[in-house]
Amino acid sequence: MENSSSSSIVSTESEKNSVLNLKETELRLGLPGSDFLGKKAGTGISLFGKDLKNEGNNGFSQIPLKNLVSGAKRVFSDAIDGSGKWGFSMKGGSEVDLGNGGSENTNALQSCLAGPSGKEIGNPNPAKPVEEKKNENNSTAPASKAQVVGWPPIRSFRKNTLATNLSKNNVVEEKSGLGCLYVKVSMDGAPYLRKIDLKTYCSYAELSSALEKMFSCFTIGQYASHGLPGQEHLSENCLKDLLHGSEYVLTYEDKDGDWMLVGDVPWEMFTDSCKRLRIMKGSDATGLAPRAMQKCKSQS
Amino acid sequence: MQTDPNPKKSKDSPSNSANTESTQLPSPFPDEVLEKVLSFLNSDKDRSSVSLVCKDWYNAERWTRTKLFIGNCYSVSPEIVARRFSKIKSVTLKGKPRFSDFNLVPQNWGADVHYWLTMFANVYPFLEELRLKRMTVSDESLELLATAFPGFRALSLMSCDGFSTDGLKAIATHCRNLTELDIQDTDIDDFSGGWLSCFPENFGSLEVLNFASLDSEVNFDALERLVSRCKSLRVLKVNKSITLDQLQRLLLRAPQLMELGTGSFQEDLLPGQIGDLGNAFGNCKNLQTLSGLWEVTSIYLPVLYAACASLTFLNLSYAALRSVEFGNLLAHCPNLRRLWVLDTVEDKGLEAVGSSCPLLEELRVFPADPYDQHLHRGVTESGFVAVSRGCSKLHYVLYFCWQMTNAAVATIVQNCPNFTHFRLCIMNPGRPDYLTNEPMDEAFGAVVKTCTKLQRLSVSGLLTDLTFEYIGKYAKNLETLSVAFAGSSDRAMQFVLEGCPKLRKLEIRDCPFGNAALLSGLEKYETMRSLWMSSCNVTINACRRLAREMPRLNVEVMKDKESDDSQADKVYVYRSVAGPRKDAPPFFDQKRSNIQWNVHQFAVYPFMHV
Repeated sequence: MENSSSSSIVSTESEKNSVLNLKETELRLGLPGSDFLGKKAGTGISLFGKDLKNEGNNGFSQIPLKNLVSGAKRVFSDAIDGSGKWGFSMKGGSEVDLGNGGSENTNALQSCLAGPSGKEIGNPNPAKPVEEKKNENNSTAPASKAQVVGWPPIRSFRKNTLATNLSKNNVVEEKSGLGCLYVKVSMDGAPYLRKIDLKTYCSYAELSSALEKMFSCFTIGQYASHGLPGQEHLSENCLKDLLHGSEYVLTYEDKDGDWMLVGDVPWEMFTDSCKRLRIMKGSDATGLAPRAMQKCKSQS
Repeated sequence: MQTDPNPKKSKDSPSNSANTESTQLPSPFPDEVLEKVLSFLNSDKDRSSVSLVCKDWYNAERWTRTKLFIGNCYSVSPEIVARRFSKIKSVTLKGKPRFSDFNLVPQNWGADVHYWLTMFANVYPFLEELRLKRMTVSDESLELLATAFPGFRALSLMSCDGFSTDGLKAIATHCRNLTELDIQDTDIDDFSGGWLSCFPENFGSLEVLNFASLDSEVNFDALERLVSRCKSLRVLKVNKSITLDQLQRLLLRAPQLMELGTGSFQEDLLPGQIGDLGNAFGNCKNLQTLSGLWEVTSIYLPVLYAACASLTFLNLSYAALRSVEFGNLLAHCPNLRRLWVLDTVEDKGLEAVGSSCPLLEELRVFPADPYDQHLHRGVTESGFVAVSRGCSKLHYVLYFCWQMTNAAVATIVQNCPNFTHFRLCIMNPGRPDYLTNEPMDEAFGAVVKTCTKLQRLSVSGLLTDLTFEYIGKYAKNLETLSVAFAGSSDRAMQFVLEGCPKLRKLEIRDCPFGNAALLSGLEKYETMRSLWMSSCNVTINACRRLAREMPRLNVEVMKDKESDDSQADKVYVYRSVAGPRKDAPPFFDQKRSNIQWNVHQFAVYPFMHV
């Protein structure tokens, strides 16, 4: 049931492959005892081929996942999020590449898999969001990470209203109140994460020095010394200096699930949209190096 | 008045009965007496029973029925209804299958009310009430409704679509005697809030006004004046555009309210304003239902406290409250019977429910984040158990969670054996008992064995055929069953069809049930309102066979454009005395002519997923 390191994904995958006969190079969404055929390009993925009917796993039924709609872009960090449930270690900031590279299947799936076989059904999060290329059959992807049409069974009105509410409300990890906004901060190579209250800072400079103190054994960079005091966002020069001067890059995950470089937007906007922070090794941040102030796509 | 298509028999009844079937005894009552007696019958079930006694009673019943309830608009036709009943004043019509709520039914599937309305305009011009659920209603229909029925009083639209605020303008403008305008769960074209200003300045008869699901801002002055004029207003549910300050002014005008839906509960208020708001709530001594609370800022919750003593229904399902402030609020609501919350209150919040609400009968816990963006927070089995410990009268539950155990459910039903509605949604499909890794069969087995009054059941989690064997064996009062991602074989569905005598609605999605299962219910389906099966293993040929063998069933197949030609992706079967409907979406591909066999009973049309 536990996968304690990223390398075990591959072996998990091959186990699963041999049981379920999937393409070996791909990580797949795995429900206990489930199977994917994804045979028809451009269709909702049907698990229910007659072929599958008798391939029960330990007597439990196949769980079909039809009509997968295109979900929103999936970020690798979701998979390796600090939740212990997935049993992933954060050591070394495992960068599991869940990209589509190498897949010819238009219904490329990304997932993090734990508990491969039907027996190990204790997998707590079997149904992670799935990314699927849009095809003419599917509806316009909702902004939320819908994985199956009409599931969970919640009326559209409620779904839409809650989605609006969610995007408005900050992630409040502590007791309610207008005053706190705790987000997790991870650092590549650090053995544990920290949490900080973004509301207690009012500029990038403060944030930077706080983080510096917190992860004092590492050099984060000298945000403050390059910027004008009280400056709202970092200038382009600043960031360039940062990157060159430091082996770390501060990134954050925004509401849409994208990983962004800290410093592009005004502080207020940043705190509104920041869900968590990650201090990345500079060498891993090649895709995020800002040549201009634009939104960066995730690694996938 | 109206021409009665079937003139009554003459008054000297006993001897006239000889004109009816020879097997009938003469009626001991003159028609008028029988009719008078029957006019006191309100329940549809009773009226149906009465109408089956004998021809006299059938006629007396149909001449005295004033409220019409049609659970499936395609089970009967407007013509048939018009022929049978002549004095209808109130109509309830339901249209699309319930799974249309979850986007499983194509957009243009049907259930348009217009044809019904044109019939009503001819036969029931004195229609007063119209309640529609899951029907398509156009602006044109609303205009017809507003102008063709001078005595029209009450309009209720639940989960309907197809109209816009222009239609509402017509209603507001023309319905002089309107007492009820109730719009729920409705996604419509909201062009502007100007419709509310269309109520004439001398109009004051409203008792119920619910526009909570509309988005755009209404003219507040017009609303305030309207509320002041409507002295009998007892239900007011406003939309998000109404601010706290405006709410306070409305409450001052309508302290008699029994049901209140607030607007946005988030605003920067000055301390004086907060006090005013608290007082305004305090004035509402009759408040039984409270809802709305969109975007609630918890620091304002205390303003509600003064109005909570008489609350019996609290709907917090759009308010993302945390356990502490929720608990504080609950402490002021000792008389709650019904509670709807978001799972942001977590188990701790549910423990507060268990301790603060001993009279609770209904609990619904909705997921704030159904797509799991924040990794399975929300409530677990412990919250549910905690509620069951404290609320022994609980009989209706709708519970969304990510994990559950067989043991917890067994405990829950032991604590609350009187469940009539048990709807458990474990949100990841096919999730087993997370502690034992076993299927959730025993959980639902416990439910059906213990809760003998169970009428409605929704199952979830990893389930084998055993669950359905239990259901067929024990759930003898079950009327509605919803199944998703469950079962191992056809036997599961067969157990249910064979074992549940009162089953009326069966809805199934993503289960390994095939033709054998479908066809095992041939006769059963005529005793039910409807069957829905989607993403199962049913073929079109099997549907054809079903249609052929059971002429009084309509069998509709919705095909996914891309899927195998033989697969029946979505099947909707329902009994009907009206025959096949003529308004099914047209075929999009003429080459499928081989499927048009027996088309008068059996419609196959493409599902364009929108």
